[in-house]
Amino acid sequence: MSAVEVRCFVMHRLGSGTTFRWVVRVFERHAPAVLSVQPLSCLRSGTLVQSIAKQQQQLHSRYLIASLTCKRHFWQGRANMCTTSHTTLDPDETKKFQSLAKRWWDEQGEFAALHSMNDLRVPFIRDNLLNRNGRRKPGSPLSGYKILDVGCGGGLLSEPLGRLGALVTGIDPLKDSIRTAEVHKSFDPVLNKQIHYSSCLLEDITEEAAETFDAVVASEVVEHVNDLETFINSCYEVLKPGASLFITTINKTNLSYSLAIVAAENILKIVPRGTHDWDKFINPVDLERILESKAHWNTEKSCPEDVLSGKSA
Amino acid sequence: MITFDKENLEDEMGYVVENDVVLAALTKQLDEVSDQVKVQYRSRAVRYTWPLPYQTAESNPWVQVELASGQQLQTKLLIGADGPNSMVRKAAGMQTVQWNYEQSAVVAVLHLSEPTENNVAWQRFLPTGPIALLPLSDSASSLVWSTTHQHAKDLLALDDESFVDAINSAFWSNENHSELIDTAGAMFRSALSLLMPSGTSPRQLPPSISRIGPKSKAIFPLGLGHASEYIRHRVALIGDAAHRVHPLAGQGVNLGFGDVACLTRHLSQAAFDGRDLGATRHLLEYETERQRHNLPMMAAIDILKRLYSTKMAPFVLLRTLGLQATSAVPPLKVSCGCV
Repeated sequence: MSAVEVRCFVMHRLGSGTTFRWVVRVFERHAPAVLSVQPLSCLRSGTLVQSIAKQQQQLHSRYLIASLTCKRHFWQGRANMCTTSHTTLDPDETKKFQSLAKRWWDEQGEFAALHSMNDLRVPFIRDNLLNRNGRRKPGSPLSGYKILDVGCGGGLLSEPLGRLGALVTGIDPLKDSIRTAEVHKSFDPVLNKQIHYSSCLLEDITEEAAETFDAVVASEVVEHVNDLETFINSCYEVLKPGASLFITTINKTNLSYSLAIVAAENILKIVPRGTHDWDKFINPVDLERILESKAHWNTEKSCPEDVLSGKSA
Repeated sequence: MITFDKENLEDEMGYVVENDVVLAALTKQLDEVSDQVKVQYRSRAVRYTWPLPYQTAESNPWVQVELASGQQLQTKLLIGADGPNSMVRKAAGMQTVQWNYEQSAVVAVLHLSEPTENNVAWQRFLPTGPIALLPLSDSASSLVWSTTHQHAKDLLALDDESFVDAINSAFWSNENHSELIDTAGAMFRSALSLLMPSGTSPRQLPPSISRIGPKSKAIFPLGLGHASEYIRHRVALIGDAAHRVHPLAGQGVNLGFGDVACLTRHLSQAAFDGRDLGATRHLLEYETERQRHNLPMMAAIDILKRLYSTKMAPFVLLRTLGLQATSAVPPLKVSCGCV
């Protein structure tokens, strides 16, 4: 069997040269959707990051890559995807988050921006998953879905997904963050059953968890990993055929430097200093290139307005 | 006097529904969702324990409720719907702006002298307070008579015949009218009928009462109350627990129904977004939306009450002419009716 090919690939750059918002459009003849790269230029609900981003609506520094559906075919190309020996964990990154491990659930604290991002991430993941499959249990829209939350931290994204009925596995290399997450979910008997946390790396579970998940969510993670290609490979391995990969991250542009590093870290102190390393950011084109080089991702499109207005990808 | 003509009467302005009917409908609905909603009748909460702002490993992050029976409940969101003397509101320490009107309302079910097309609500403002007849059926109306505490007690003590006489004379007698105001009103009316021929209409008459429904008399004190906060972390107030108004505009329970609709909408959206239902974010949105609606309404009702409580001639003239003008100007009438 051959790998699935990508059909028409159209990329629009909207607006003037200073407008970074863009849309990737891919028409895929075969089975359902695929890579949808969504520039995310605005966040909703009450934090400073959101208000800045809103003002800069024409210019995006953050984007979502969603619904990467992998078509799993056994082909020679797979040999390229053997597990590598080096890890994607960066020790400097762990140090950054270690000191903040207890602050995850303070909605006005260092992670306030992540809390408010849930307004966008959760509907996005929920709607794209529901539109793929259409099965829906009232009161529990994501029931039956197995989701892996890579780099779950304190469980900020795992908990809403668990509340929507999904069986969530949250993994994070930091033991303290996992501990915070465990304590926070322990009190709700329903959530306690839906979510399972584990302090480990993605590479550690690719063997035992091969092809088990309906969705993998790597939200605000790829800007912190060492080796993106290995990371993507590992994500691929744990996904079922026809499943979806959701990535949210910060774009690598001059604007993202000025907003995410200079403004957010140094001036306004919305996130602690040193949280992000601009060299580790990746722009959509490069990320797509990595994904497409494996040739089993198909791509699709959407745009931020659709996310906010609730339209599907 | 405000009158509504045939074309105004074609679309209903509102409905008067007895409380028992509403309760029966709600009970029926609750029975249908009994797998999701459990109602514990004859239960009373005696103590609430509020969660700390930050969750720790030892503390309970939910609201705990202790019932009189000793049973302990805990919840992600506590909704206080326990009326104007809300224990939830007091226990949560939410400040309330309130004052008494030095009035009590007497309510009863009345039977009309003869069956008629009873689709008009009547309210007359007496010096002691408004008396209102709300239609229930072709032969019955509901009475709400707001008056001083003493007069209310006296009315309650009267036998049925004298009570009926008191009601009828309240609607029909003109002993409190002053000649000056009457003349001014008549002149204004003729001026209006010159300017706007359709603006005045033939006088409609309130129905006369023959007897009271047995054991239907009751009395309750009146006041205004408004909680300065409707919500806290994991707590929300709805209905009279959040706001209490004078019955003269018939809006008290409507404000409560509005609260219910709004809170339901916000909670549904929060649940669909996977949020913790007790989180302050969406509760704050509910509070903002409802306060923006309720406060102007409450202010208007309070102003009306004060306007009609005075005997001072300038205010009496103002309200007489104002009412006639409102009756004559259709958009104003419609907007008052739609409120």
